[in-house]
Amino acid sequence: MLGVPPMLTLDEIVCERDGRGLFAPVSISVHAGDYVELMGPNGAGKSTLLRTLAGLHSRYSGAFDGVDCLFQGHRLGLDGLLTPLENFAWFVGLEDQDEDRERCLDALQRTGVLDKAYQPCNEMSAGQQRRVAMARWLLSSRSLWLLDEPLTALDASAQQVLAEIIVEHCQAGGAVVCATHSELPIAQKRSLKLEAFQSKADGPALGGDQSGESFQE
Amino acid sequence: MSGLLRREWQVALRAKGAVINPVAFLLLSTTLFVIAAPDTVSSDAAAGILWTLVLLTQLLALDAMYRRDFDSGVLEQTLVGSQVPFVAVLTRIFMQWLSTGFIMTLAGPALGILLGLPVETAPAIALAMLLGTPALSLLGSIGASVTVGFSRGGVILALLVLPLFLPTLIFGAALVAAAEAGSSVMPQVYALSLISLIALALAPFATLAGLKISLEMQ
Repeated sequence: MLGVPPMLTLDEIVCERDGRGLFAPVSISVHAGDYVELMGPNGAGKSTLLRTLAGLHSRYSGAFDGVDCLFQGHRLGLDGLLTPLENFAWFVGLEDQDEDRERCLDALQRTGVLDKAYQPCNEMSAGQQRRVAMARWLLSSRSLWLLDEPLTALDASAQQVLAEIIVEHCQAGGAVVCATHSELPIAQKRSLKLEAFQSKADGPALGGDQSGESFQE
Repeated sequence: MSGLLRREWQVALRAKGAVINPVAFLLLSTTLFVIAAPDTVSSDAAAGILWTLVLLTQLLALDAMYRRDFDSGVLEQTLVGSQVPFVAVLTRIFMQWLSTGFIMTLAGPALGILLGLPVETAPAIALAMLLGTPALSLLGSIGASVTVGFSRGGVILALLVLPLFLPTLIFGAALVAAAEAGSSVMPQVYALSLISLIALALAPFATLAGLKISLEMQ
């Protein structure tokens, strides 16, 4: 895929909190079709890195460049007073898309919460809300997805659907960066491991090892 | 834009407390003044008392301005997903004004009369509040945006925002007093309009910056 610019490039990036680097510098290029698993122990800075890439955290060194993204944080971004369909209408409006009720219902069907389409989100369980948030990814026009521990509160069948959705998105030319502790059942993946920050004297601090093969056509 | 407005409208319809509570608070606190000091309220102080109560009411409502959206992650999605977050912020401020300042404007003349202001000043009270309350929502939005990250930001919000409210308080009360004295209210009309316009020019940008800071603190 020479000549196609990567969707996301990290160049020796280190996120900072309270003036302290969180992890060793990471560099990676994410191309269309890549699924990147972002691993690391609690407190390693996975969430902060994703928030940085989404533009929600501005204290970092190094550089990154990427296309517009879809961000799914720990806070789901669903208005509890509104139904999934109303939430979707607002969300696609943010992205300047036209509302398409059929698409919204299809997405809810896909994630198994179609019966909740007309019920306010704060009346649902945590897992059902996650499923609604997942359905929203399908409606987004953004090709780069940044997901922060999307497996939280999901049951086995929902985890399966999540993996399928990610694979389909990658096959359709998108890219996904997903912070997670348990590996998703996706065959072709790259992994990005965040390691503890070391001062330069401790030797080369390099992250961004690429294990697994990338799966471009 | 229409999607943003529609969401705000749906939320306002479902969380009616945010609309009813401020005006109920204003009504109650005005009544308390009338009961506690029935002799003094009919004096020159009435306009000042009314405006002070409006400020405090607005202050109470401001704490909740971005709280729900912050806690639910809607704010994050707005900043990441929106092409122009500026418009989303402006929409929020407009709806906040509609549910506080505008409703207080409707109730204002009656409350002024309750406090002993002459009936002839009723249009002046409405005019003063119509011109002045947008500045309260706009300037208050700045304070609300930087304190939304604190679980108990109420006191800091008051310290930040009340000084910004002072010009509105001064000219708002002066407008009503001028109408009561039978002199021209135009100087105060210009002053209040100017304050609200300056607030309109600055507040959305400052709010956006404040929200980014708040989102970064977690």
